[in-house]
Amino acid sequence: MIAATGPHIDVEALSPLLALTGGGLVVLLVGLLRPRVVREVLVPLLALASLAAALGLAIWQWDADEEIIAGALRVDTLALAFTAFVIVAAAITVLLSWRAVAPREAAHGEYYAMLLVSAAGMSVLVQAQNLVSLFIGFELLSVPLYVLCASEMRRSSSLEAGLKYLIIGSVGSATLLYGLALIYGATGRTDFAAIADALNSVGGPVSDPLFLTGLALSVVGLAFKVSVAPFHQWTPDAYEGAPTPVTAFMATATKVAALGVIIRFFDVALINAQPDWAPALAALATITIVVGNVGAIGQTSVKRLLAWSSVAQAGYMLAGIVVGTQHGIEAVAFYLAAYLVMNMAAFAVVVARARETGLGDAIEALEGIGQSKPLLAWPMTIAMLGLAGIPGTAGFIGKFFLIDGAVDGDYAWLGIVIVVGSAVSLVYYLKVVAAMWMRPAPRSVPVLAGGAVDDPPADAPAGPRAAGGEVTLVAVGCAAGPVVFGVLPGPLFDIARDAAAAMSHLF
Amino acid sequence: MPLSILIWLPAAVGLVAALLPRALGPRVAALGTLGALGIAIGLIADYDPSSGLQHVTDETWIAELGIHYKLGLDGLNLFLVALTTLGFAAAAVAANFRTWERSRLFYFHLLLGETAVLGAFLAQDLALFVAFFDLMLIPFYFLAGQWGDGENRVAAVTKLVVYTFVGSLLMLAAAIATGVMSAGDGQEISFALSDLRERTLGEGTQQWLFLLFAVAFLVKMPAFPLHGWMPDGYRAMPLEVLAVFSGVLSKVGAYGFLRIVLPTFPDASAHFQELMLILAVVSILYGSAMAFTTTNARLVVGYSSVAQLGFITLGIFALNDQGAQGALLQMINHGLVVVPLFLIIGLLARRAGSEDLRDMGGIAFRAPVLATLFLIVALATLAMPGSSNFIGEFLILLGVFESKMAIAFVASIGIALAAVYGLRLFIRAMHNRVGASVESREIALRDAVVLVPLVAVILFFAVYPQLALSRGEDSVVSTIAPAVEVTR
Repeated sequence: MIAATGPHIDVEALSPLLALTGGGLVVLLVGLLRPRVVREVLVPLLALASLAAALGLAIWQWDADEEIIAGALRVDTLALAFTAFVIVAAAITVLLSWRAVAPREAAHGEYYAMLLVSAAGMSVLVQAQNLVSLFIGFELLSVPLYVLCASEMRRSSSLEAGLKYLIIGSVGSATLLYGLALIYGATGRTDFAAIADALNSVGGPVSDPLFLTGLALSVVGLAFKVSVAPFHQWTPDAYEGAPTPVTAFMATATKVAALGVIIRFFDVALINAQPDWAPALAALATITIVVGNVGAIGQTSVKRLLAWSSVAQAGYMLAGIVVGTQHGIEAVAFYLAAYLVMNMAAFAVVVARARETGLGDAIEALEGIGQSKPLLAWPMTIAMLGLAGIPGTAGFIGKFFLIDGAVDGDYAWLGIVIVVGSAVSLVYYLKVVAAMWMRPAPRSVPVLAGGAVDDPPADAPAGPRAAGGEVTLVAVGCAAGPVVFGVLPGPLFDIARDAAAAMSHLF
Repeated sequence: MPLSILIWLPAAVGLVAALLPRALGPRVAALGTLGALGIAIGLIADYDPSSGLQHVTDETWIAELGIHYKLGLDGLNLFLVALTTLGFAAAAVAANFRTWERSRLFYFHLLLGETAVLGAFLAQDLALFVAFFDLMLIPFYFLAGQWGDGENRVAAVTKLVVYTFVGSLLMLAAAIATGVMSAGDGQEISFALSDLRERTLGEGTQQWLFLLFAVAFLVKMPAFPLHGWMPDGYRAMPLEVLAVFSGVLSKVGAYGFLRIVLPTFPDASAHFQELMLILAVVSILYGSAMAFTTTNARLVVGYSSVAQLGFITLGIFALNDQGAQGALLQMINHGLVVVPLFLIIGLLARRAGSEDLRDMGGIAFRAPVLATLFLIVALATLAMPGSSNFIGEFLILLGVFESKMAIAFVASIGIALAAVYGLRLFIRAMHNRVGASVESREIALRDAVVLVPLVAVILFFAVYPQLALSRGEDSVVSTIAPAVEVTR
């Protein structure tokens, strides 16, 4: 009698993922308990603990390089590095959510559980090694985020953001799924390595219309998630409406995961079709950089501004993937880390000021804080200058690295697009800086700034209150990162090099 | 090592001053700039004209990208470094006599700016140069935006920053491309200027890289037609800050041509020689014409700088030894006159209640010492024979006569025009009918403390320009050698 044998499961390699999903379940159950202290303190603490455990396990597994679960997932330095980025982003999100309205309205257990499950989905995504696990990861990351966007249930703009994200995200998922199916149809394989082999074979499906259609549809599906123009229209609305901590998580962790899977999908599975997709991706990157930077210029809400800026930043990072070299991937990994902390610092300041002023996320909420709140003004300044790529911050070195990768991969013109985009981006980044340092503080801060009562500005239903020490801590801590790594980038380079080393088949 | 100390001393002092009590911070900051000036003077005394690059520091900064923290001093940057420390010391001391809101932050930005400018002058690695070049704008953004003059200063200074950043980011891309493309098979990517000089690039590649660098440097100077940020930007800055911005930062652009462009892109420099010379001549004529039509005193000086930097560009792209030497001398001269000029305009404006020449007049009446100091500076500005500026412009024109005679003839008009706007500025402010709200009073001791040493340096250079010329000669000749080679 033959016993039915499932695939061998390597628990050690799977452990970071198990910590995240297990943590999610525990948090969900503990959240059912009645005492207030359990829900408001123990639940976030448990979430933090499981994130810390996952991070520790990821570091413990750092040298791993193996396929697990019958080749569904691959645990290597690239996956672990990107998982670590996601975990850091999630942990910061927990801190920003600590006193936020959203978990109170959505129930703490559910809120944090969904955050953890979404992080688990991202981890699956960056480890995905075949088309099926790719799609599973994609959905696992998206579905909780749809809910989290709408978690401030008494604010209509939050619900709107959730609904919009749900509809557009589903279109993206459907497009992706269609594309993956066509690629499977053309190559007959679902796992990445076999697809690469099939594409390499003489007279292979590289020029097959079926394959090319599949390729185009999957690019579109993934582009929705990274908010690459022209598939970015949902981004400003969803980012503005969602509770700010969730926005911060979407702007950073989702980008990490989606770029991670794009690296794997294009630079592993489709690497032999690089001449086909690279020009298209380069064109998308260019459009994204232009659209993102131009779109951000007129914004008066910091969250919308950061949303547009994240579109532009996605364009910069796409340039590192276009060239299809290890050097480019190193640059992307480096830039992602810098981008993550700079954005988190900015969002932390937005959270703090929204709570303190009741002005929501309008730029006015930042006016004059250079004098009154230097501990918030400096992090925001560093974040803005870093995102613009000013020397002395990791943003400069990251951009240097990306341009270096582009020039090295014979895409010098893409390097020029990046710098022109950065020059335009100064217009709006400096607008935020000018508001903080060069405008006087508004004389009296209204409890609720304008607007109808039933639609108060984002994240400000309760009027002015204390920002909370943990938010300032996040702002200062995240702003220290770009400065330290801007002067001594060594450690971050090591991580980036390790991550890119997993792509040893690339030049 | 002494160069690292020189670069980082101002920033470190600025940081300390920011943490000290309010009464103490500004004083400490001024002392810090004087300390940097002392180090620079020591470096001049210690300089050995015959031994090339000195005090070299070469550490790997970012191994993965081939970027080194490489500093070095030679005849090309020796006096520009000294000029920088002198300018910032004058600005910091002058600023100490005024009260500023949030003064400690003011000095922090000012001293951070000094660090960045010194870094740009001393960097011997292209990537490091670019980093300092980009960085130096940011403190000035804050200085102008927070402590500047005028309602529209934030818009003006944003325009300034974006304008200059378009240039410097293009340069960033060009610098990376230079490093990557010049590395041959099996060679490590390097941005060290000495390596780049030896590795040759194809002529077509050189040409587009040259253009990107040229845009960055011409914007910084500023030169016609890339000076659009200048009028608004100059109006927005506090005068003490403007003195260093115009006196020192504009030289980084001209210096970049000599240090980076001519040795690294010799073929392209020869190819674009005429274009650059024509731009320079247009800058001279346009700047001069604007300088004697505008009535805002600081814009008179601003436009005169456009003309003067036109002369400097002219000397650089004469592509011979006299021209380049004259250009280097003229960079120092121009910095030396512009810093006191802007400080004097501050004094005049306080006496007339406005910076408009039409409101001034008759200020010399009771202020002979101020008038004398101003006259010396004004005569130096218009390159009176006997001044060091005269020698600088003479060498430049001599160089251009040798290479492109027609252009030299046109450029000579610029000298006559300089006399017109220089004397106009002096006469309209100091003599003529006494302005309605002018209160003529003598220069105060504390203002004299700043101005007299600056004027003394001008007089010293008038007598002994050889100090800079002889120390600079070898370095200048060697830096332009590749480009001269091509034109032969």
